[in-house]
Amino acid sequence: MSILLGRPPGDRPPSAAPGHTGSRATRILGVATLVGLVGLCLCAFIFSPPDSRPGPEPGSRIGQFDAVRLMYVHFPAAIWTYSALGLCALASGVYLWRRGVWWDRLAHASAEIGVLLCAVTLLTGMIWGRPIWNTWWEWGDVRVVTTLVLFLTYAGYLALRSVPAAPEARARRSAILGVGGAVLIPIVNRSVEWWENRTLHQQSTLEELRIEDLTLFTLVLGIAVMGVFFLWILIHRFRLAWLEAEVESAGLEAALAERRAEAGEVAATGAGAGGTGEGGSAP
Amino acid sequence: MREVLLVAAKDLRIELRSRVLLFQVAPFAVATLVLLGFALDADRSALRNFSPGLFWVAVLLTALLAAQRSVAVEHAGRAADALLLSATSPARIFAGKALALAAQLAVLEALLGVAMVVLYDARVEHFGLAVASAAAATVGIAAAGTLYGVLAAPMGVRETLLPVLLLPVFAPVLIGATRAFGDALGTAAVNGWAWFGLLGLFALVYAVFGALAYGPLLEAEA
Amino acid sequence: MESAVWLRDAVCCRGRFPALAGVDLDVAEGEILLLRGPNGAGKTTLLRLLAGLATLDGGRGTVLGCDLGSDRRALRPQVGLLGHDLMLYEDLTVVENLRFFAALAGASDAESRAALERLEVAPRLADVPLRRLSAGQRKRVAAASLAVRRPRLWLLDEPHAGLDESGRGAVNRLVRDAAGRGATVVLASHEAPAAAEVATRTVHLVGGIVAGRSPDSPAAPASSSPAAAPPPIEQVSDA
Repeated sequence: MSILLGRPPGDRPPSAAPGHTGSRATRILGVATLVGLVGLCLCAFIFSPPDSRPGPEPGSRIGQFDAVRLMYVHFPAAIWTYSALGLCALASGVYLWRRGVWWDRLAHASAEIGVLLCAVTLLTGMIWGRPIWNTWWEWGDVRVVTTLVLFLTYAGYLALRSVPAAPEARARRSAILGVGGAVLIPIVNRSVEWWENRTLHQQSTLEELRIEDLTLFTLVLGIAVMGVFFLWILIHRFRLAWLEAEVESAGLEAALAERRAEAGEVAATGAGAGGTGEGGSAP
Repeated sequence: MREVLLVAAKDLRIELRSRVLLFQVAPFAVATLVLLGFALDADRSALRNFSPGLFWVAVLLTALLAAQRSVAVEHAGRAADALLLSATSPARIFAGKALALAAQLAVLEALLGVAMVVLYDARVEHFGLAVASAAAATVGIAAAGTLYGVLAAPMGVRETLLPVLLLPVFAPVLIGATRAFGDALGTAAVNGWAWFGLLGLFALVYAVFGALAYGPLLEAEA
Repeated sequence: MESAVWLRDAVCCRGRFPALAGVDLDVAEGEILLLRGPNGAGKTTLLRLLAGLATLDGGRGTVLGCDLGSDRRALRPQVGLLGHDLMLYEDLTVVENLRFFAALAGASDAESRAALERLEVAPRLADVPLRRLSAGQRKRVAAASLAVRRPRLWLLDEPHAGLDESGRGAVNRLVRDAAGRGATVVLASHEAPAAAEVATRTVHLVGGIVAGRSPDSPAAPASSSPAAAPPPIEQVSDA
């Protein structure tokens, strides 16, 4: 992954920072994302059939009909939400262990994208739930409720990151919070599961669906496209954090020079400044 | 262990002297219960049915204040630095502060419990279950509150940041404690002791996580 | 002689601001070093860095044989810091504060009583909450809690500020005793006469670096009587 994201900053002189967040990898991934999106739209909206099958009464049809097309976004977004936030927790853990800024930036980038994808997951889920479950929100479903808590947890993580602080202190606090999220989520999942002890959609959506070849293909395509998209903006976000750090450290160089100049000024007027400070002590 | 008790005793002694818990946090807790009563239109049967959940919502909101107070004590006058400069391991400081916070929460819960019985007409059917699950929940809340309190502490935005970070963490406690109390108060037909197990697990996980993470957090503050 | 403090090009940031912009400093064991400099020169940050409470953002440093980059946890228990903030609990009484920190450091109650006596804290104040003491009285209590811990390196930030004549004398006696027992002392002070009385050497800090680094040899040995040492301030004024 370090090949994609760029070498750790320690390995290169400061001037070697990229001038922008693009790289050959992002250009390839970007084109792949665009092409994939066009393909996904064609498959999801035109080629794949709506979900419908014969109902119990003769002549009737049941199923999710056109709402099933939301799955091609919802399901991949959910998978990559969990991957992104898992990556954030993992990078946070490695940061605590190995202490490299590289891991801190990776955690930050993946958390931001993870929260974004989590919002997409929740929104598409609610839009899908309205026609299918006849409600925007279903408290009885473990995944829905757990995902909301997950969203709130990592929104808190981003809130913590947004507070101005010394970079190392912020990295350390954020890393602990990132790991804390990974500690929390299994407990939330288990407790919500016991709480209602029934799940509406984990089996229902996939097993009841009449999985045709094209439906399955579209679903897999959605996951792949979303994955490429995730990787694409992850690299951009990571390199942006890198640039931000470069700007910060360039600022530090300037601040250091300024600070030393301050000492020079005083030295120039040396004895005078010293003398006023010590006026009281002069015998 | 000696150091754990020293830190805990110190926190409790500060509380006894400043009386913040008694004069500020406790009235807040009771006022919360009263407002929740208004929210449910003071319907006696509804209040009794929902009393476990309302009780724990009040406890968790109160715990936010108590956790803030626990951190503020160390940050006024930078006493946290003095703790860092002592040879005490951060895990012991964490344990001591969590213990003191748990003791304070236990007192508040006792008060809220009485208020719940009086105001909501709740009846405790299984006293043992109620006490055991409250104890497990309290340890979990205290451990999480101590950890996340110091996480949000050194910033100028502690008052607003801590609730954002801590309330999602409290979600499983609220679910578990409400269910366990539902059984203990006879308002829900569930197995309360299973929920007690979940609360115990939460307490264990956060006690261990907190003890491990407290050191790096104190370092980050320095 | 062992070196208690060794800093090379030390940089230390408060937020984004480089409070220390490349400090070179050597302090020998047993020395009493006076840090001087205008407000904002970086004195407090330097003391916090030496205490292992601030991170080293550039350069290298060793304090009491502990590396400031990797070994701060081992350093801290050996250091005593008297800062602007007293690092005590306002709601506890004088004795409770002292007992708590003495117990954490493994010292006895008798030692904390003795420390209070040395700082001339009136016995009637022992059971008064810190909150109700005057600034000078609090400072004495803070100094006493430092003495109880018997640190190897004393870092004193304006120890004389707010103290009356007898208080300054008590602080100076404490500093001399500590140095006499082989501890090293670094103090920052604007109270020139009181500080110059004990200091064996003066370093001037300006704009986050050591200004007018005098070419003179390492340090006056600790064994030389502090009173006999030349008034160090004049060295700096001449520079």
